Amino acid sequence: MIRTIKIVKHQGKQFIPDLQKAKLSELHTGKPVIAAASCKTSCDACIKICPTAAIALQPLTIDMGSCVFCRECTACPENIISFTNEYRIASNDPEMLKVTSGTTSIDFNPEIIRNEIHKIFGGSLKLRLVSDGSCNGCELELNAADNVNFDMSRYGIEFVASPRHTDGVVVTGALVENSIQALELTYEAIPSPKILIAVGACAVSGGIFKGSKALNRSFFAKHQPDLFIPGCPPHPLSIIDGILKLSGRL
Amino acid sequence: MAFQVVKNNSSIPLQQIPVLEYDVFFQEVLNLLKNKNCHCVNYYAVPAAEGLRFICCIADDNEHNIHVTSFVRNVDEAITLNSLTVHQKALHIYEREIHEHFGVEFLGHPWLKPVRFPFDKKAGAPDIPDYPFYGIKSHELHEVGVGPIHAGIIEPGHFRFVCNGEKVLHLEIHLGFQHRGMEQLMLQNENLLQRTILAESIAGDTVVGHNSAFCSAMEALGGITVSPNIHISRTIASELERIAMHTADLSALCTDVAFQLGSAVLQGLRTIIINTFMIWCGNRFARKLIRCGFEPYPLTNDLVSKIKQNLDLFEKRYAEVVDKTFDMPSVLARFDRTGIVTHEQSRLIGTVGMAARTTGIVRDIRQSHPYASYAEIKHEPVILETGDVKARAKLRDLEIRQSLAYIRILLEKYDHSGITASPQQVKLKPDMFVIALTEGWRGEICHSAITSKDGALAHYKIKDPSLNNWMALALAVRDNDISDFPVCNKSFNLSYCGYDL
Repeated sequence: MIRTIKIVKHQGKQFIPDLQKAKLSELHTGKPVIAAASCKTSCDACIKICPTAAIALQPLTIDMGSCVFCRECTACPENIISFTNEYRIASNDPEMLKVTSGTTSIDFNPEIIRNEIHKIFGGSLKLRLVSDGSCNGCELELNAADNVNFDMSRYGIEFVASPRHTDGVVVTGALVENSIQALELTYEAIPSPKILIAVGACAVSGGIFKGSKALNRSFFAKHQPDLFIPGCPPHPLSIIDGILKLSGRL
Repeated sequence: MAFQVVKNNSSIPLQQIPVLEYDVFFQEVLNLLKNKNCHCVNYYAVPAAEGLRFICCIADDNEHNIHVTSFVRNVDEAITLNSLTVHQKALHIYEREIHEHFGVEFLGHPWLKPVRFPFDKKAGAPDIPDYPFYGIKSHELHEVGVGPIHAGIIEPGHFRFVCNGEKVLHLEIHLGFQHRGMEQLMLQNENLLQRTILAESIAGDTVVGHNSAFCSAMEALGGITVSPNIHISRTIASELERIAMHTADLSALCTDVAFQLGSAVLQGLRTIIINTFMIWCGNRFARKLIRCGFEPYPLTNDLVSKIKQNLDLFEKRYAEVVDKTFDMPSVLARFDRTGIVTHEQSRLIGTVGMAARTTGIVRDIRQSHPYASYAEIKHEPVILETGDVKARAKLRDLEIRQSLAYIRILLEKYDHSGITASPQQVKLKPDMFVIALTEGWRGEICHSAITSKDGALAHYKIKDPSLNNWMALALAVRDNDISDFPVCNKSFNLSYCGYDL
């Protein structure tokens, strides 16, 4: 008993009391900043180096939905591209994930949020994970989002074991042919209304697996996600922030 | 000479690998595998100009080298071979993989079933819904199907149990649901950075293990010698990853036996370790940290002292909670003698890594084929004998303590005055073969590659330890209650995506 008390005492308070005030390491690779709309030399170095073709020119744009946050494009000879540690990078509109020189923050598009989302999912929100061609990185961070530090269930947001108990699906992974049936069946088994969340570069765009013949992304053509959380993998704070915003709690 | 002998992380001209007749190959491989210090680290087939070339790599753990040999078959006609699995069960998975990909028939193979349903499988091979499960027709037995989607935040896979009441008679594990075409993408994407990020994504929980193997393979093919500092930082990263994942697994094992204190405290402790990666390279899983030929995030004095602080913070709280966990009768009642894999079974199926070391098999690449800084620290593997959940939990505990000590030693050896190498063009030598082995936290990782005559990557082969070890889980649950499956599964914590590729 005394040992247990000692352990609890040494453990202290592990949870972050106010997630809104949480500070990440300066090195955390979050939202990029583009210092100029176009560059002088047009050397294409950033486009050539980008492993997931996330960068476009005129105007210079980084699509965070594809970005794996490898920072290699910061080698830009004109130093136009840099990364901040801003973890608030989720949006309900994939167009909002495209960062240009005019982007100050990643916002939600209020026009495409379905009415029932705030009304029905604004209080308690139960989710089910389907991992479909992932690497287990996003899964580890989704687990971490509900660990003793981040404690997502304080908001009534939890992962549950059955599609019958859930309000929606969180999808990780690039969506592959071998899992497409399982994903579709899970989604169908959820009572309506339901929400759909894409977590990680792979789910949002195919990420590093773009171009693989093993992928089958037809599910997202049929069902439009309500929330896109970029990252490789996304930090637990990015995940929680995105879900809170979607459900109207931020 | 039947075999070409190579060292870990070294490349040889492809033509130095002997090409034998299959009868000779068959006999030589079986003769070599009679030696208990030898085990097959990979056996696969490569489409080549002369037909289908089968390459077999057998590691000799005592001599610290790898024996490589091959044979070639014409692809114009159906290929039928006598199965090696009949004599060496551990080779079952390799022959199954070759069968699935190229339609090669292995006569006498007891279990010639699909492995992962790759998109480029042999025409006519079954699709994923048509997995041929083993069944027993009896009114007294029932089958339980679990998955592919599970009741938690985990990867997909299907488990089919044949049960007698609560007792599991047989478990069959059907995977492939995570197949992303990894090996094919390695060739399709010609950019080194793309390949490196793919290597980091083979299994996102083993970023350091897989990416170290990839980078070592590319460095060997490119003739790049890396500095001692790079070796040190890769070794530190590899041990940090081991601590992080072992701690996560111990936490999950506590969760599965309802020991809340251990579960919660260990979760928080893992955060300390992965946040150490964050302050080192800006990613909690060590993505970006390892790159071919250079060190993008050199260790500064400041960083070294922060890492030491984090280790101290971790260690004090870790020891008290884990000692308490292993003193709890309620925990031990669930861990002790649950999910046993015997030494004989383990040898038979050719387990690697933790699964081998908990069944009395000395198998650890860090000792047998040392890479990075492991030769310097003279790693001695932790070996346990009982092969149960308790052994797999205890092994993690002992390895964590060992890793903490190694990191402290290595941090002192890092030379802060050293000149940091800058990124360089990696030009692969033509017509070469390379094999790179690392010991990830789960066990032995094997990457091997072949270059073409113009120095392009012509073939890339990845083996995650899970490929060998899933069968151990299937055997572990036999004669156990089905309700103990979660704790058995967690005690192995094998990779779905590492297996599915």
